[in-house]
Amino acid sequence: MLTLQFVPYSDIGHLSSEKKTQKLIKVVKENKIVLLEGKLRSNEKSELIRKTMEEIDDKFKGIEIEELEMEKKNSALIERLRAMFINLVLGSRRGMTIIGPATIIKEIKKDPNKIQLLTDEGKKRKKKQK
Amino acid sequence: MKIFHNFLRKFLKNLFKKKKEIKLGFYGPPNGGKTTLANKVSMDWIGEEVGKVSGVAHETREIQIKEEITIKSKGKELTFNLVDTPGIATKIDYEDFLKSGMKEKEAKIRAKQATKGVVDAIKWLDDMDAVVVVLDSTKDPYSQVNITIIGNLEARKIPVLIVANKTDLKKSNVKKVQAAFPQYDVIGISAKYGKKIDEFYEALFKLTRR
Repeated sequence: MLTLQFVPYSDIGHLSSEKKTQKLIKVVKENKIVLLEGKLRSNEKSELIRKTMEEIDDKFKGIEIEELEMEKKNSALIERLRAMFINLVLGSRRGMTIIGPATIIKEIKKDPNKIQLLTDEGKKRKKKQK
Repeated sequence: MKIFHNFLRKFLKNLFKKKKEIKLGFYGPPNGGKTTLANKVSMDWIGEEVGKVSGVAHETREIQIKEEITIKSKGKELTFNLVDTPGIATKIDYEDFLKSGMKEKEAKIRAKQATKGVVDAIKWLDDMDAVVVVLDSTKDPYSQVNITIIGNLEARKIPVLIVANKTDLKKSNVKKVQAAFPQYDVIGISAKYGKKIDEFYEALFKLTRR
């Protein structure tokens, strides 16, 4: 059984990078897959990796992480301008980040229209339509 | 008199100014060929290797430094301290090392060392003057590890050269790496066989603007 936990931006947006990563890793260590509204900044992702490494033990092997863009690539100019404006307003809240325990998610595959979480349960696949 | 005085002051200042050595970091995911490339550079210019290479991921588990490597080309010279780092990963499973024939105790120790190595690599990022990001050109360049490393370097305004390594392999796709990171110089090489290594050295001069 897979548990997905949605984490809205409002839950973590006000936290420091350290507190943010602590909160995310806590959920992942409960064997849940985090669906985070928005994206982490580069320094927050490196902090997440660093903290993950410190938490690795016989039970917790690390994480798989992937980001979903909301705008399509190669879209028309007006669409790209619209996306730029929305990015300006929403900033880090745009898009979505999936973070899951490496013991459950073997790989996250992304292509333009869907994201696949490949688990170890008899090579079952879960598709998530964007 | 004033002009002479200013000239003398500048001359003496430059005479006694301590030469700043460039710290050139080799970063990237595990098994991309960082240490193979570091060894190639180090052997070419000072006849010594930097570290051990193997097919097992996380062979490099500590920061390895080779100081004062000077490369020369077309009348130009560049001296740097080469900093070879452990591969950055988001997961490390000791059971993967068992598949390479290691015993459980040894595999767990290696996994622990590998996690510490990743932490050290991230800490050292701040100290780099320029970075070569070494990617395996047979693998998907759009991984979050690659994006995170390059994003951090960009945020710190550290100059970056991307190396698409392992061009000797059939599945190599340098164009895919170039398309993933269009704002950076990407050079395809084979560190193992020294293919296009001269172009790599030229790119280092451009990276450090020498």
